[in-house]
Amino acid sequence: MSVVDKDAAAPAAASASPAAPAAKQSPSWRLLLDAKWRWYEFAFWLCAAASFWVFPRKLMLLSEIFILGLLALSIDLVLGFAGLVTLGQGAFFGIGAYAAGLMAQAGMGAAPLSDPLLGLLVAGLVAGLVGFATSFLVLRGSDLTRLMVTLGVALIVEELIVKFKDITGGSDGLQGVLSSPVLGLWSFDLFGYTAFWYSLTVTFVIFLFCRRLIHSNYGLSLLAIKGNPLRARTIGMPVNARLVSIYTIAAAIAGVSGGLLTQTTQFASPDMAAFHRSADALLILIFGGAGYLYGGLLGAVAFRVMQDFLGNITPQYWLFYVGLVLVLLVLFVRGGIIGLMMAMRDKISPRDDKDAGGRQ
Amino acid sequence: MLRRDLLKGAATAAIAIAAGLPATVALAQQQTVKVGFIGALTGPQAASGRQMANAIRLYQQLNGDTVAGKKIEVIFRDDTGVADQTRRIAQELIVNEKVAFLAGFSLTPLALAVAPVITQAKTPAIIMTAGTSVITERSPYFARVSFTLPQQTMPMAEWAAKNGIKTVVTLVSDYGPGLDSEKAFFEKFTELGGKVVAQLKAPLANPDFAPFLQRAADAKPDAIFLFVPGPTAGPLMRQVVDRGLTKGGIKIIGPGDITEDEQLVSMDDSVVGTITSHFYSVLHDSPLNKKFVAEYKKANNGARPNFIGVGGWDGMHAIYEALKKTNGDTNGDKLMAALKGLEWESPRGKMSIDANTRDVVQDVYIRRVERKDGELYNVEFDVVRQVKDPYHK
Amino acid sequence: MLTILFDGVAYGMLLFILAVGLCVTLGLMNFVNLAHGAFAMAGGYLTVIMMNRMGISFWWCLPAAFIFSALLGAFLERTLYRRLYDKSHLDQVLFSIGLIFMSMAAVDYFMGATQQIVNLPPYLTGRIEIFGAQVGVYRLFVIAVCGVLAIGLQFIIARTRFGSQLRASVDDGRVARGLGIDVTRIFSLTFAVGSGLAGLGGALGASILSMDPFFPLKYMIYFLIVIAVGGATTITGPFFASLLLGIADVGGKYFVPVIGGFIIYTIMVAVLIFRPEGLFTRGKRR
Repeated sequence: MSVVDKDAAAPAAASASPAAPAAKQSPSWRLLLDAKWRWYEFAFWLCAAASFWVFPRKLMLLSEIFILGLLALSIDLVLGFAGLVTLGQGAFFGIGAYAAGLMAQAGMGAAPLSDPLLGLLVAGLVAGLVGFATSFLVLRGSDLTRLMVTLGVALIVEELIVKFKDITGGSDGLQGVLSSPVLGLWSFDLFGYTAFWYSLTVTFVIFLFCRRLIHSNYGLSLLAIKGNPLRARTIGMPVNARLVSIYTIAAAIAGVSGGLLTQTTQFASPDMAAFHRSADALLILIFGGAGYLYGGLLGAVAFRVMQDFLGNITPQYWLFYVGLVLVLLVLFVRGGIIGLMMAMRDKISPRDDKDAGGRQ
Repeated sequence: MLRRDLLKGAATAAIAIAAGLPATVALAQQQTVKVGFIGALTGPQAASGRQMANAIRLYQQLNGDTVAGKKIEVIFRDDTGVADQTRRIAQELIVNEKVAFLAGFSLTPLALAVAPVITQAKTPAIIMTAGTSVITERSPYFARVSFTLPQQTMPMAEWAAKNGIKTVVTLVSDYGPGLDSEKAFFEKFTELGGKVVAQLKAPLANPDFAPFLQRAADAKPDAIFLFVPGPTAGPLMRQVVDRGLTKGGIKIIGPGDITEDEQLVSMDDSVVGTITSHFYSVLHDSPLNKKFVAEYKKANNGARPNFIGVGGWDGMHAIYEALKKTNGDTNGDKLMAALKGLEWESPRGKMSIDANTRDVVQDVYIRRVERKDGELYNVEFDVVRQVKDPYHK
Repeated sequence: MLTILFDGVAYGMLLFILAVGLCVTLGLMNFVNLAHGAFAMAGGYLTVIMMNRMGISFWWCLPAAFIFSALLGAFLERTLYRRLYDKSHLDQVLFSIGLIFMSMAAVDYFMGATQQIVNLPPYLTGRIEIFGAQVGVYRLFVIAVCGVLAIGLQFIIARTRFGSQLRASVDDGRVARGLGIDVTRIFSLTFAVGSGLAGLGGALGASILSMDPFFPLKYMIYFLIVIAVGGATTITGPFFASLLLGIADVGGKYFVPVIGGFIIYTIMVAVLIFRPEGLFTRGKRR
C-alpha cells in the first residue's frame, strides 16, 4: 500500500497544507468539516432513487447494483480506510446469503422467521461473528499475505457450503427461499419494485452508518493506522483492536448484502462465496476509487451498466471491452472514477490546495 | 398470486404503474413471439452455451422464423454461468421483453434459480442442457429436452452387468449431476449383482486426478465408471490413459459426457475402446442427423455439434411445435399443455416430453469410441429404447 | 506408496512450472502481475496450434512457447507495464485483470471456447517402473525440467552479475541507476524472461490441464498460492512450497478423499498464519 496523502480525509477544501497536518487544528474541527453533507452527495442518492422512474425496465439490475455496491463499500471500510487488502469478502457475503436463506426457508415464507429484516440481522450477525473469528488472520504479513489468507478463507467457506449439502443444498444451491413481506406490507414481486426499494433503503441506511463511523474519532484513528501503523501504535493507539473491529464490521455488512441478494432473488448458491464474487467486488471498488465511501457504489453502477450494455451488444466478447476500459483507466487516471472526477474538477477550476487524489 | 404482487407493487410506486404496467397486460397479443435464451456464453461454461446458441440459430435458419403466422425472435443473453445473473436475466426477459419462453440453462443450479420466477410468471422454460433429475419437479413450467443423468447412467450399469464386468470403481465430480449418476449407477449395478468396490468423489476444482486414479487402480476393478463435467473430461481422460489404466485391461465406462463429440476430435487414440451410454452421437445413422451435422459444421467452421447442440435444436423444435399446437397463443398454461406429450423425430432419434413429468423420454445408446475415416467417433452398437428418468414418481 | 509420493512431486512441479514465471515478475520485480496466466495461455495455445494444426514436434514447441511469450512480454512491458512500476499494487491488480479479460476474449474470438487438448508424442506418454513405483514418463520429464529451471534461475539471480544488478535495481532503482546500472533494460529483460517462463509453463502444462480461454483465471489461485506459501523473494522458496503443496494435496486426496477439496487452502492459511511472509523468505519486508 502506498503511503501518500494520509492527512486529507475527504475532499476537504480547508487550508490544511501538507506542512501543517491535522494535529495543528483540533480533531473535532476536522470532523465537523468532513462530516458536512455536500451537494453532490444529495445528488447521488437522489439519482439513485430517481433511477426507479428513469429505468423502470432495469429494476432487478439496479437492486443488484446496490447490493454489489454495498459489498464493495464493506471492502472500502477495510481497504480504503484501514489499509487492509482483502480478497475474501465473498466469504461473508456467502455466509450472509445462506444465513438469510436458511432463516427464510425455515419460516416457509411466513413471519416471524421469514421476516426479511430479521433475516438481514441474522445474516449480519453470523457473518460478523465469522469475520471476528477470522480477523486475527489479517493482522500480520504483507499485502500479498492478506490477499491470500482472506482468499483462502473464502475458498474454504465455499467448499464447506458445498460439503454440507444436507443443510445448504450443496452445489445445486438453496431453494425455496421465501421471505415474508417487508414490514408485513410489501412482498417481493416479479417486477422488482419491492426489491429495488428494499435494497436501496438498506444500502442507504448502512451507508449512513458507515459515513458516521468514518467521520468519528474511530474513523480518524483508522486512517492514522492506515497511514503508519507503527506510529499509530507508538502514540498509544490500540491498533490490533481497531483492525479487528473494523474487519468485523465490514464482514457483517458484507453478510447483510449477501442476505439482501438471497432475499431478492429467492435462492442462494455456493458461487455467492466464490472467488469471482470477492474479486469482482474488489475490482469494482478500485474501479470506483477506494477511500471515499462512494467508490464502491459508483464503481458498481459503472461496472454493471457497462457490462449489461456491452453484454447486450456482444454477448460473447463483451469481456474484451471491459478489460480495455480497466487498462485505460489505470494508465490514464489515478484513483478510479472518483479520481477521474476530481481530475476533471481540478481542470475546470484549479485550486491551490490539491485534493487527495487517489488514496489507495 | 401474480395479481396480488402487482397490487403490492402498485402500492409501492403508483407513478410507475401509471407509466408502465397497464401496457404489460395489453401487449400479450402481438405479432412477434419472443424466446429468451439464457446460457453461459462466456466463462468456464462458455462451450456449452455456444453449442446451444449455434444450434438455435441453425434451427431458425433451416426452418424459417415464422410459426402460426408469428415471427419467432430469440434474444440471446449471457449469464456467465453464475446463478444470480441467470435469475436476474430471466426476470428481465419476462418483465421487459414479455418472452413467451425461456430456454437454455447450462448448469443445474442455474435452472433451479429461475424456478420461482417462472412459476410466478407462468412462463415455460425449456431446459436444453442441465441434467439433474430434480429440476423439472421444482416448477410446473419446466420442460426438458436434454437428458437426466440417471436416465443416461442406468443403461450403462445394465450393459456392464450383462457383459462380464463384476467389479467397478466409480469416480465422479463432487456436485449434483456427479452424485446423481454415481447413485444411479450404484443402485442399478448392485441390483444386477455387480459390486462397486469404491466410490470416489473428486472436488469440482481439481486440476490433477492422480490420487483418485491411483486409488481406483489399487482396487483392481474390471472397470472404472467416470463422470466429470464437460470442461474437465478432456484432461481427465488424458490422465486416465497416461496412467496406463486402460492397458492393464481396465475398461473405462461412463455417461457420454466424458467422450463428448466436439471434444473427442482433439483427443488421441488412447481413448479408443471407452464405452459410454448416451442419447446422442454425431455418427447416429439417420437422414435428419446427417443433415443436422452437415449444416452445423457448415455454419460453424467445421466444428462438430454435440449433445448440447442437439438439446438446443430440439428445444427450438419443441417451442415451434408447441406454438403450432396453440396456434400462436402464448399463454403459459396452454403452451405447457401443448408441450406435454409432444413427440418428434430429433437428430438423436425418436423422443418425447413425458406428459406427467415434463421430462425427456428417449433412446439411450451404448457406444464405443472408434476411429473412422481418420476421426474419433462414438460408434453406437446397442440401444435401450425410450428410457424415462427412473427417479421421477 | 512410492507412486503416490511421486505423483505428489509431479503435481508440485506442475504447480511450480505454472508459477515460476510469476516468481520472477512478482517476486523479483515486485509487480503484481495477475495477467501471468495470460502469458501462460499464450504459450499453451501456441503449442496447441503448432502441434495439432501444423504437426510440428513437441520439442520445437517448448522453446517457441518461451520465445513467443517472452517477446509478447517484452512488447507489453515497453508499451504498457513500464508505466505502472511506480503505481500502487491495487492499480497493478486492476490493470492486469483488465489484460486478462482482454486476452480471454481475444483467445475466445480466434480459437473458440472449446477446450484444446495437446496430444503428446508417444514416447512421452506411458509409464515406467522405478524402484517398484509406477512413474509417468511425461511427469518425470516435467520434474526434470523444473529441477533444471529452479537451479538455473537461482544461480543466475544469486551468482551472476546480471542477478546482482537485478536485485540492486529492485531494491533501490535510483541508487542502482546512479551506479550506472541500466535499470530500464534490466527490467525489460527480466520481465521478458518472466513472461517467457510463463509461456513455457503453459506449454508444459497444456497437455495435463488442457487449454481453454478461461485458463488465466481458472489457475490464478494456484499460482498465487505457490507464491504466497513459498515467499516471493527467492526461486527456491516457491520451489519447495510447490513440492510441499503437491505432496500434501495428492497424499491427502489419496488417503482422506473426503477432505480433498480443503487441503491446499488449509495448508496455505496455516502456513501464512505462522509465517506471514511465506515459508522461505529471508525476512525482507516488502
